[in-house]
Amino acid sequence: MSPWLALAIWLVVVATIIPVMGMAIGYAEMKISAHMQSRIGPYFAGGRFGWAQLIADGVKFFQKEDIVPDNADRPVFKMAPVLVMVGTVGLFVVIPFGPGLTPQNLDLGIFYALAISSIGTIGVLMAGWSSGNKYSLIGGLRAAGQLIAYELPLVLAVVGVVILAGTMSLDGIVQAQISWFSETGWGLGMPFVIVQAVGLGVFFIASLAELSRIPFDMPIAESELVMGYLTEYSGFRFLFFFLAEFANMFTLSAIAATLFLGGYWVPGVPDSILQFVGPLVLLGKIALFVFVSIWLRWTFPRFREDQLQTLAWKWLVPISLANIIVTGILKVVI
Amino acid sequence: MKPQMPVIPGKGLLKGMKVTLKTLFTRPVTVNYPKVKETPAPRARGVIALDPDACTVCMLCARQCPDWCIYIEGHKEERPPSRPGGRPRVRATLDRFDIDYALCMYCGICVEVCPFDALFWSPDYEYSESEMGEMLHNQDRLLEWLDTVPAAPALER
Repeated sequence: MSPWLALAIWLVVVATIIPVMGMAIGYAEMKISAHMQSRIGPYFAGGRFGWAQLIADGVKFFQKEDIVPDNADRPVFKMAPVLVMVGTVGLFVVIPFGPGLTPQNLDLGIFYALAISSIGTIGVLMAGWSSGNKYSLIGGLRAAGQLIAYELPLVLAVVGVVILAGTMSLDGIVQAQISWFSETGWGLGMPFVIVQAVGLGVFFIASLAELSRIPFDMPIAESELVMGYLTEYSGFRFLFFFLAEFANMFTLSAIAATLFLGGYWVPGVPDSILQFVGPLVLLGKIALFVFVSIWLRWTFPRFREDQLQTLAWKWLVPISLANIIVTGILKVVI
Repeated sequence: MKPQMPVIPGKGLLKGMKVTLKTLFTRPVTVNYPKVKETPAPRARGVIALDPDACTVCMLCARQCPDWCIYIEGHKEERPPSRPGGRPRVRATLDRFDIDYALCMYCGICVEVCPFDALFWSPDYEYSESEMGEMLHNQDRLLEWLDTVPAAPALER
């Protein structure tokens, strides 16, 4: 197969997976949040259970006028949503969906993933800066402050896993979890959550903050900032941000599942079968994380800005540093 | 006073999460409105019905209405004297009684203030319109609501 054909196939796969997953998560969020508030949620679109609600929403966004404010910095304003999407799409490159089903198995996989996910931050900052609106500006700056603060515990939480696995490649990390007890010959592995529960906690909280979802949605904060950096966006540019948020949720959950829950792997299933069920297993693990983040979102109120920073710098960073030390000692002892 | 730390940190957070999880698996209290309908309480404030025969055009309701959403017009009509040779009597007749439900805030002061029991609360609520002007209910429409008014509760002894 020529590399161009392979590239085209991956492109089509990613171009379908991102909107489909984004919409699936969006629909799940609508339904779960509704039932958590003792409502029914979308019901009519598509006939039963309102399954077509998000398709209808997407079509609606395309019909809307694409407004660029007079005061806006036009090229920057127009490019910002695309840049946010780039960070999301880029993350897909390294996620292993099954044995040999990694789009691109990079040696520095997790490093690349964390680096490319910060590109979205620049997009958010650009959106806030270029809108020519005080709410957008404050929202963008808050987003920058928050995303930089939580980038640190996110990276530090991953270090523990990298120490245990001895590799930064996501495929290698999954293999390390599969073959942890390989010398016993029982075919048992160990998902890293068993020894890295603290790491998982820190990673999960930090990734919620990276997604700037409630309780970490100070950059959007409807009650004070209208819609934060999204205030001036309309039509399909808003849709881009919206889709990027849910697709980001998917990819960050996928990385969390890969790092801590063994990715596509289930104990006792040989590689030949995993090739087919692997993506489904990974989807199941992602669904678990997605459900928990939806659950947290509809339970807790928003943090105050100083509480948000306190949580990052005074709690998550020291905890993840301590986690690294303990993991290092553990690695030497074993 | 400093907020007291809970004995187990994060206990309150878990408590909150338990509430949402429990609600997730209980039946929603809302219903799919056009398909499933809830019966409102019998004395619910849905719409105001008018009994034009009882109305004496005293204008008390129109004057008390905080939103000025009641429009009343009437004229005096001469009636023959009850006894031969007596004074001819004058009776106020209702020409127009409109309630603009686009303005009404359902305070019910008009119903309370009516000295002749011409206004009633009806629990019926399905009278939404696609045009604002249609929300102005005239005398005939208000009379139609009279059928939906529940019987008054029995008097206390």
